[in-house]
Amino acid sequence: MAHKLPKKDVVIIGLGWTGSIMAHELTDEGLDVIAIERGPWRDAPTQYPPNYAQDELRYRIRHELFLRPEQTTFTFRNKMDQTALPIRTWGSFMPPNGVGGGGVHWNAETWRFLPSDFVLKTHLTQRYGASFLPEDMTIQDWGVTYDDLEPHYDTFEYLCGTSGTAGNLRGKIQEGGNPFEGSRSRPYPTPAQAQPFSHTLFGKAARELGYKPFPQPSGNLSKAYTNPLGVRLGPCTYCGFCEWFGCGNYSKASPQTTILPVLVRKSNFTARDNSEVTRINIDRSGKRATGVTFVDTAGEEWEQPADLVILSAFTVFNVQLLLLSKIGEPYDPVANKGVIGRNFTHQTISTVNGFFDNKKFNFNPFIASGSIGMCIDEFNGDNFDHGPHGFVGGGYMGQVQTNGRPIQTTPVPPGTPTWGAAWKAAVRDNYLSSVVPGTGVHGSFYSYRDVYLDLDPTYRDRFGRPLMRITMDFHDNEIKQNAFLTDRFAEIIKAMGANQVAKVYRKAPYDATQYQTTHVCGGAIMGADRPTSAVNRYLQSWDVPNLFVTGASAYPQNAGYNPTGTLCALAYWSAAAIRNQYLKNPGPLVDA
Amino acid sequence: MGVSRRHLLASTAFWLVGGLSARAAIIADRLPWAPNAGSPPVPVKPGPWLFFTGPEGRAVEAIADRIIPADPQTPGGKDAGCAVFIDRQMAGPYGRQDGLYTKPPFLKGTPQQGLQSEAGPAQQYREGLSALDRYCRSKYSNRAFAELADVDKDEVLSGLEHGKVKLEGTDGAAFFEQMITDVKEGFFADPIYGGNRDMVAWRMIGYPGARYNYLDWVHRHNERFPLPPVSIAGRADWTPKSR
Repeated sequence: MAHKLPKKDVVIIGLGWTGSIMAHELTDEGLDVIAIERGPWRDAPTQYPPNYAQDELRYRIRHELFLRPEQTTFTFRNKMDQTALPIRTWGSFMPPNGVGGGGVHWNAETWRFLPSDFVLKTHLTQRYGASFLPEDMTIQDWGVTYDDLEPHYDTFEYLCGTSGTAGNLRGKIQEGGNPFEGSRSRPYPTPAQAQPFSHTLFGKAARELGYKPFPQPSGNLSKAYTNPLGVRLGPCTYCGFCEWFGCGNYSKASPQTTILPVLVRKSNFTARDNSEVTRINIDRSGKRATGVTFVDTAGEEWEQPADLVILSAFTVFNVQLLLLSKIGEPYDPVANKGVIGRNFTHQTISTVNGFFDNKKFNFNPFIASGSIGMCIDEFNGDNFDHGPHGFVGGGYMGQVQTNGRPIQTTPVPPGTPTWGAAWKAAVRDNYLSSVVPGTGVHGSFYSYRDVYLDLDPTYRDRFGRPLMRITMDFHDNEIKQNAFLTDRFAEIIKAMGANQVAKVYRKAPYDATQYQTTHVCGGAIMGADRPTSAVNRYLQSWDVPNLFVTGASAYPQNAGYNPTGTLCALAYWSAAAIRNQYLKNPGPLVDA
Repeated sequence: MGVSRRHLLASTAFWLVGGLSARAAIIADRLPWAPNAGSPPVPVKPGPWLFFTGPEGRAVEAIADRIIPADPQTPGGKDAGCAVFIDRQMAGPYGRQDGLYTKPPFLKGTPQQGLQSEAGPAQQYREGLSALDRYCRSKYSNRAFAELADVDKDEVLSGLEHGKVKLEGTDGAAFFEQMITDVKEGFFADPIYGGNRDMVAWRMIGYPGARYNYLDWVHRHNERFPLPPVSIAGRADWTPKSR
């Protein structure tokens, strides 16, 4: 029997980026808020101080800061007629765990999506005709526009102190920025980061080829910054230990370095860590959440009643909690009915490694930050005419190499043996003079009828609950997109002066063992109407109006950018709707 | 050949940082910060094998020395400590698959679904090295792998890599893949884990190690970074010699 706790105004499931934003906004409104986090409290002095944060084996290879698969994982298959098997150790993406969520270990690339990304179906249909889209592609408009989100992107960037160069300031194109971006109301709060040698060289080569390169917008700060909440971040020191690592310098924007120091001191806020929510409780009408049930690490079960429930866990766990709590109609790909689990997506990533003359080039690849780099956006979204190419979508590309950590970043030219004296010599001769962009081509991943989430029939977590089952493969559209983009990218790497380039295309089948990004999206998507979406344009559940679901689970399809900027803007947008509309008259904000 | 209690406690402490056994806490009014709290890594201790038997250890040293052969400038895998690294890893949480999802059923899947093995890396080494020994003794006049000529060692390893050498009861290609990954990790990981002795691998490539501040160097394009590498545990010449 669960211990029942005193009722709160708001219970938040998961204290990552969007949970922290929601908690801050709703406590500002005077509400009594509790956040329940599955993982531990995390902070720099305890877990990743600068005297041992730079440990590639511990943090990257052994996944120190991530969820343990024994706690819960997913099953995976490419096709519906296969048997899904458990992901026993992390591969293609790595779910975060603990206070700060993905904000602790991310690279802090802080992008906005293109205006056309939010009205994707309408835009592409108008420009190319409906028959241009593959028949089983299930993309749709978001129900929210870039103009709706612009003030909230701005709020998030000023919270983080994002370093960048504006490309479109109040409709006026700016030299040195991204000319394709949507209009922004203010410049970035801090100037772009300094660029090391190889990143600078990429920018030069791209400019010479006629592109308009610009520095990647970075949540690793170019200079010290005090945000509007009075929280201070230090300048990034280009240590090369960013993604998969926590920042020991307070230089990477994360809930810890931007919100939590203020939030935790508020008298109307409480958090519980090491406590996993096992279900959202619903009353007998099925239309009202009464709170949540959670289990702590001692195995004690607790019930936390609340008037308002914010579900802000990682993408896949949002969907899992909805299904386990029987909220919304589960997606059935055969009948093409239902919404929970629908339109699951990832990212279409590839790269091109460049090998240079080591007598002429010394890149010092260990000098980098998580969101360093020069990028071009000519081939993102619908920034170019897709008519001749026979695919839709695209992505940014750039020399965005984040590190020279030697376990993973000791490249050898194609044709080198994988071991022995020749391998060793090639490692020695190429380490300082090769370019390894990592996620150099950062392509969109559009949604399809047979790429989705549901509950696994066989495998269970430690509580006996079904694991989430991922059915996912790449479709021809994304493979064509990737081939086209990777070839363009290789031309720029070659123009940098590389002796040899090695193209690493993304190919089907989707491989759950190869790290790509942690940008899995969708499954509880937002939209304009109830038959095609789980939540409305304010992230409010169509079925249970006192439940809001934040995060990338709301994306109807994924664009060619890193998702965090957009999901945090959506959290502010949703929080504003709760504060300005919902609390005055609790109920559906959009008529179903 | 048991795991020492001290080592077990040390590796357990390391593992608990983000693990399940941490106690749930209520956080309110202040950041839950305590002075001197920390979870530094525990450097491996020199000394006898913790996991391998003597013959197993010799085989792994010999394998490490073929995967990364010595050359005039840089030691090979054995002298760099790669076998010590693997031994300590196998005796610890990684070897036991601690923290991974290990519930049945274990079904054979596609390569894209990843490893579906009830046996963790430690068991894989035990079985793989035993099968490798039987293979070498049957093919090379009852000699163990470590006793073979280099050219024969390379023939065996290459055969495993390309699936031409079959090991009894063990997937030889998967075992080779595991070994090559572990040897390279030992070579390039911080020396506190037992490999990369004296930071030989980092010196070889020009990686300055566990530094944290390149603000002075981000603008210095195409210049060789001048400082020698440093480990999480510092550098030998930082420790004063006893008088």
